[in-house]
Amino acid sequence: MSPSLFSPEGLAGAIFLVLIGTTFIGALIATLSQRLIRSVIGLAVCFLGVAGIYYFLNSPFVALMELLIYVGAVCITIAFAIMLSDPEDTKVSRKYKSISVWVAAPLGLLIAFALGRTALQGHWLAPAEKINAGSINDLGMSLLNQYSMVFELISVVLLVAIIGSLALARVGRRKQ
Amino acid sequence: MLTLSAHLNTYLIIGALLFGFGVFGLVHRPSLIGMLISVELVLSGASVNFMAFNHFLAPDPTVGQIFTLFIMGIAAAEAAIALSIVIAVYRNYQSIDADDLTDLKG
Repeated sequence: MSPSLFSPEGLAGAIFLVLIGTTFIGALIATLSQRLIRSVIGLAVCFLGVAGIYYFLNSPFVALMELLIYVGAVCITIAFAIMLSDPEDTKVSRKYKSISVWVAAPLGLLIAFALGRTALQGHWLAPAEKINAGSINDLGMSLLNQYSMVFELISVVLLVAIIGSLALARVGRRKQ
Repeated sequence: MLTLSAHLNTYLIIGALLFGFGVFGLVHRPSLIGMLISVELVLSGASVNFMAFNHFLAPDPTVGQIFTLFIMGIAAAEAAIALSIVIAVYRNYQSIDADDLTDLKG
Protein backbone atom coordinates (compact mmCIF):
# COMPACT_ATOMS: atom_id res chain seq x y z
CA MET A 1 0.00 0.00 0.00
CA SER A 2 2.08 2.83 -1.32
CA PRO A 3 0.81 6.35 -0.56
CA SER A 4 -0.01 8.69 -3.42
CA LEU A 5 2.79 11.01 -4.45
CA PHE A 6 0.71 14.07 -3.61
CA SER A 7 -0.21 13.08 -0.07
CA PRO A 8 2.07 14.41 2.69
CA GLU A 9 3.56 10.95 3.32
CA GLY A 10 4.20 10.43 -0.39
CA LEU A 11 5.87 13.81 -0.69
CA ALA A 12 8.08 13.04 2.33
CA GLY A 13 9.01 9.71 0.73
CA ALA A 14 9.94 11.46 -2.52
CA ILE A 15 12.10 13.96 -0.61
CA PHE A 16 13.78 11.04 1.14
CA LEU A 17 14.60 9.44 -2.23
CA VAL A 18 16.07 12.76 -3.42
CA LEU A 19 18.21 12.91 -0.26
CA ILE A 20 19.53 9.37 -0.82
CA GLY A 21 20.37 10.35 -4.40
CA THR A 22 22.14 13.50 -3.20
CA THR A 23 24.20 11.48 -0.74
CA PHE A 24 25.38 8.93 -3.26
CA ILE A 25 26.00 11.41 -6.08
CA GLY A 26 28.08 13.45 -3.62
CA ALA A 27 30.01 10.36 -2.54
CA LEU A 28 30.66 9.44 -6.20
CA ILE A 29 31.99 12.93 -6.98
CA ALA A 30 34.09 12.87 -3.79
CA THR A 31 35.80 9.60 -4.67
CA LEU A 32 36.02 9.69 -8.46
CA SER A 33 36.68 13.26 -9.62
CA GLN A 34 40.14 14.09 -10.90
CA ARG A 35 40.59 17.41 -9.16
CA LEU A 36 40.69 17.56 -5.38
CA ILE A 37 38.69 20.79 -5.12
CA ARG A 38 35.77 19.12 -6.93
CA SER A 39 35.94 16.19 -4.61
CA VAL A 40 35.63 18.55 -1.62
CA ILE A 41 32.48 19.96 -3.21
CA GLY A 42 31.25 16.39 -3.65
CA LEU A 43 31.93 15.76 0.03
CA ALA A 44 29.87 18.83 0.97
CA VAL A 45 26.98 17.64 -1.25
CA CYS A 46 27.19 14.18 0.33
CA PHE A 47 27.03 15.64 3.84
CA LEU A 48 24.04 17.75 2.81
CA GLY A 49 22.22 14.51 1.96
CA VAL A 50 23.35 12.84 5.18
CA ALA A 51 22.03 15.81 7.18
CA GLY A 52 18.64 15.36 5.51
CA ILE A 53 18.70 11.65 6.39
CA TYR A 54 19.35 12.60 10.04
CA TYR A 55 16.33 14.87 9.86
CA PHE A 56 14.23 11.91 8.75
CA LEU A 57 15.59 9.99 11.76
CA ASN A 58 13.83 12.46 14.06
CA SER A 59 16.97 14.34 15.17
CA PRO A 60 16.96 17.88 13.76
CA PHE A 61 19.71 18.99 16.17
CA VAL A 62 22.21 16.45 14.86
CA ALA A 63 21.22 17.37 11.29
CA LEU A 64 21.97 21.02 12.03
CA MET A 65 25.29 20.10 13.65
CA GLU A 66 26.15 18.01 10.58
CA LEU A 67 25.61 21.07 8.39
CA LEU A 68 27.56 23.37 10.75
CA ILE A 69 30.53 21.13 11.48
CA TYR A 70 30.98 19.08 8.31
CA VAL A 71 29.74 21.33 5.51
CA GLY A 72 30.67 24.54 7.28
CA ALA A 73 33.95 23.72 9.00
CA VAL A 74 35.60 20.50 7.80
CA CYS A 75 34.99 21.04 4.06
CA ILE A 76 36.18 24.66 4.25
CA THR A 77 39.31 23.60 6.14
CA ILE A 78 40.08 20.94 3.52
CA ALA A 79 39.57 23.54 0.78
CA PHE A 80 42.07 25.83 2.56
CA ALA A 81 44.60 22.99 2.80
CA ILE A 82 44.19 22.26 -0.92
CA MET A 83 44.83 25.91 -1.75
CA LEU A 84 47.88 25.99 0.54
CA SER A 85 49.48 22.84 -0.83
CA ASP A 86 48.68 23.11 -4.55
CA PRO A 87 48.40 19.38 -5.29
CA GLU A 88 49.21 18.21 -8.80
CA ASP A 89 46.42 15.72 -8.95
CA THR A 90 46.31 15.76 -12.73
CA LYS A 91 49.85 14.41 -13.00
CA VAL A 92 49.91 11.67 -15.62
CA SER A 93 53.12 9.93 -14.63
CA ARG A 94 51.49 7.84 -11.95
CA LYS A 95 52.44 4.20 -12.11
CA TYR A 96 49.51 2.47 -10.50
CA LYS A 97 46.74 4.84 -11.48
CA SER A 98 45.19 2.63 -14.15
CA ILE A 99 44.98 -0.48 -12.02
CA SER A 100 44.09 1.16 -8.71
CA VAL A 101 40.42 1.42 -9.71
CA TRP A 102 40.31 -2.30 -10.42
CA VAL A 103 41.76 -3.07 -7.01
CA ALA A 104 39.75 -0.50 -5.10
CA ALA A 105 36.29 -1.02 -6.62
CA PRO A 106 35.97 -4.74 -5.78
CA LEU A 107 37.31 -4.06 -2.30
CA GLY A 108 34.77 -1.32 -1.61
CA LEU A 109 31.95 -3.38 -3.12
CA LEU A 110 32.95 -6.41 -1.08
CA ILE A 111 32.96 -4.48 2.19
CA ALA A 112 29.65 -2.74 1.41
CA PHE A 113 28.10 -6.08 0.43
CA ALA A 114 29.33 -7.81 3.57
CA LEU A 115 28.10 -5.01 5.83
CA GLY A 116 24.73 -4.82 4.07
CA ARG A 117 24.27 -8.58 4.21
CA THR A 118 25.09 -8.68 7.90
CA ALA A 119 22.67 -5.82 8.53
CA LEU A 120 19.83 -7.49 6.61
CA GLN A 121 20.31 -10.88 8.25
CA GLY A 122 20.22 -9.58 11.81
CA HIS A 123 17.08 -9.98 13.89
CA TRP A 124 16.76 -6.54 15.39
CA LEU A 125 14.32 -6.30 18.26
CA ALA A 126 12.49 -3.05 18.90
CA PRO A 127 12.52 -1.96 22.55
CA ALA A 128 9.42 -2.46 24.68
CA GLU A 129 9.24 1.21 25.57
CA LYS A 130 11.31 4.33 25.09
CA ILE A 131 12.26 6.22 28.22
CA ASN A 132 12.23 9.62 26.50
CA ALA A 133 11.40 11.18 23.13
CA GLY A 134 14.93 12.01 22.05
CA SER A 135 14.12 15.70 21.68
CA ILE A 136 16.60 18.55 22.05
CA ASN A 137 15.57 18.95 25.69
CA ASP A 138 16.31 15.30 26.47
CA LEU A 139 19.56 15.57 24.55
CA GLY A 140 20.71 18.54 26.63
CA MET A 141 19.66 16.85 29.88
CA SER A 142 21.60 13.68 29.24
CA LEU A 143 24.57 15.60 27.81
CA LEU A 144 24.90 17.55 31.04
CA ASN A 145 24.02 14.76 33.48
CA GLN A 146 24.92 11.31 32.24
CA TYR A 147 27.58 12.24 29.70
CA SER A 148 29.08 15.37 31.26
CA MET A 149 32.49 13.70 31.76
CA VAL A 150 32.70 12.73 28.07
CA PHE A 151 31.56 16.23 27.15
CA GLU A 152 34.46 17.74 29.11
CA LEU A 153 36.92 15.20 27.73
CA ILE A 154 36.03 15.99 24.14
CA SER A 155 36.61 19.69 24.74
CA VAL A 156 40.09 18.81 26.06
CA VAL A 157 40.66 16.66 22.95
CA LEU A 158 39.65 19.56 20.69
CA LEU A 159 41.92 21.98 22.57
CA VAL A 160 44.88 19.60 22.29
CA ALA A 161 44.12 19.08 18.59
CA ILE A 162 44.09 22.83 17.92
CA ILE A 163 47.36 23.43 19.80
CA GLY A 164 48.95 20.37 18.18
CA SER A 165 47.99 21.39 14.66
CA LEU A 166 49.32 24.91 15.25
CA ALA A 167 52.61 23.49 16.51
CA LEU A 168 52.83 21.02 13.60
CA ALA A 169 52.11 23.63 10.95
CA ARG A 170 54.77 25.90 12.44
CA VAL A 171 57.61 23.38 12.01
CA GLY A 172 59.67 24.07 8.91
CA ARG A 173 58.39 27.58 8.46
CA ARG A 174 61.27 29.93 7.70
CA LYS A 175 61.91 32.81 10.08
CA GLN A 176 61.41 36.22 8.55
CA MET B 1 9.16 2.86 -2.79
CA LEU B 2 7.82 5.98 -1.07
CA THR B 3 7.74 4.37 2.39
CA LEU B 4 11.47 3.61 2.46
CA SER B 5 12.14 6.12 5.23
CA ALA B 6 10.19 4.05 7.77
CA HIS B 7 12.43 0.97 7.57
CA LEU B 8 15.61 0.34 9.52
CA ASN B 9 17.17 -1.64 6.66
CA THR B 10 17.17 1.37 4.32
CA TYR B 11 19.43 3.31 6.66
CA LEU B 12 21.70 0.32 7.29
CA ILE B 13 22.19 -0.12 3.54
CA ILE B 14 22.93 3.61 3.15
CA GLY B 15 25.53 3.38 5.92
CA ALA B 16 27.12 0.26 4.40
CA LEU B 17 27.32 1.90 0.95
CA LEU B 18 28.88 5.09 2.36
CA PHE B 19 31.45 2.94 4.17
CA GLY B 20 32.17 1.08 0.92
CA PHE B 21 32.60 4.36 -0.98
CA GLY B 22 35.03 5.50 1.71
CA VAL B 23 37.15 2.34 1.51
CA PHE B 24 37.10 2.56 -2.29
CA GLY B 25 38.37 6.15 -2.21
CA LEU B 26 40.96 5.32 0.45
CA VAL B 27 42.57 2.73 -1.84
CA HIS B 28 42.00 4.58 -5.11
CA ARG B 29 43.09 8.12 -4.21
CA PRO B 30 46.79 8.90 -4.68
CA SER B 31 46.97 12.07 -2.58
CA LEU B 32 46.84 12.48 1.18
CA ILE B 33 43.97 14.98 1.08
CA GLY B 34 41.93 12.62 -1.11
CA MET B 35 42.47 9.88 1.44
CA LEU B 36 41.35 12.24 4.22
CA ILE B 37 38.14 12.97 2.29
CA SER B 38 37.50 9.22 2.02
CA VAL B 39 38.04 8.79 5.76
CA GLU B 40 35.33 11.40 6.34
CA LEU B 41 32.99 9.26 4.19
CA VAL B 42 33.78 6.18 6.31
CA LEU B 43 33.04 8.13 9.50
CA SER B 44 29.73 9.39 8.16
CA GLY B 45 28.73 5.84 7.19
CA ALA B 46 29.32 4.79 10.80
CA SER B 47 27.34 7.80 12.04
CA VAL B 48 24.36 6.94 9.84
CA ASN B 49 24.34 3.43 11.33
CA PHE B 50 24.43 4.80 14.87
CA MET B 51 21.57 7.21 14.16
CA ALA B 52 19.46 4.47 12.55
CA PHE B 53 19.85 2.07 15.47
CA ASN B 54 19.22 4.98 17.82
CA HIS B 55 15.93 5.90 16.17
CA PHE B 56 14.54 2.40 15.71
CA LEU B 57 15.99 0.20 18.45
CA ALA B 58 17.43 2.14 21.39
CA PRO B 59 15.32 2.43 24.53
CA ASP B 60 16.98 5.80 25.24
CA PRO B 61 16.95 7.72 21.93
CA THR B 62 19.51 10.29 23.06
CA VAL B 63 22.46 7.85 23.23
CA GLY B 64 23.00 7.51 19.50
CA GLN B 65 22.59 11.23 18.90
CA ILE B 66 25.21 12.03 21.54
CA PHE B 67 27.55 9.40 20.13
CA THR B 68 27.14 10.91 16.66
CA LEU B 69 27.91 14.37 18.07
CA PHE B 70 31.10 12.98 19.61
CA ILE B 71 32.03 11.32 16.31
CA MET B 72 31.68 14.75 14.69
CA GLY B 73 33.93 16.32 17.32
CA ILE B 74 36.58 13.64 16.89
CA ALA B 75 36.32 13.96 13.09
CA ALA B 76 36.88 17.71 13.31
CA ALA B 77 39.94 17.22 15.51
CA GLU B 78 41.22 14.51 13.16
CA ALA B 79 40.76 16.75 10.11
CA ALA B 80 42.64 19.62 11.78
CA ILE B 81 45.60 17.41 12.76
CA ALA B 82 45.69 15.59 9.40
CA LEU B 83 45.61 18.82 7.41
CA SER B 84 48.43 20.38 9.41
CA ILE B 85 50.47 17.19 8.86
CA VAL B 86 49.69 17.50 5.13
CA ILE B 87 50.93 21.11 5.13
CA ALA B 88 54.12 20.09 6.95
CA VAL B 89 54.69 17.21 4.49
CA TYR B 90 54.13 19.57 1.57
CA ARG B 91 56.80 21.94 2.92
CA ASN B 92 59.35 19.12 3.03
CA TYR B 93 58.54 17.20 -0.13
CA GLN B 94 56.75 19.75 -2.38
CA SER B 95 54.14 17.05 -2.96
CA ILE B 96 51.20 15.46 -1.16
CA ASP B 97 51.14 12.21 -3.11
CA ALA B 98 51.47 9.15 -0.92
CA ASP B 99 53.70 7.60 -3.62
CA ASP B 100 56.32 10.34 -3.26
CA LEU B 101 56.99 9.96 0.45
CA THR B 102 59.74 7.38 0.06
CA ASP B 103 62.59 8.52 2.30
CA LEU B 104 62.73 5.20 4.14
CA LYS B 105 62.86 3.15 0.93
CA GLY B 106 66.22 1.35 0.67
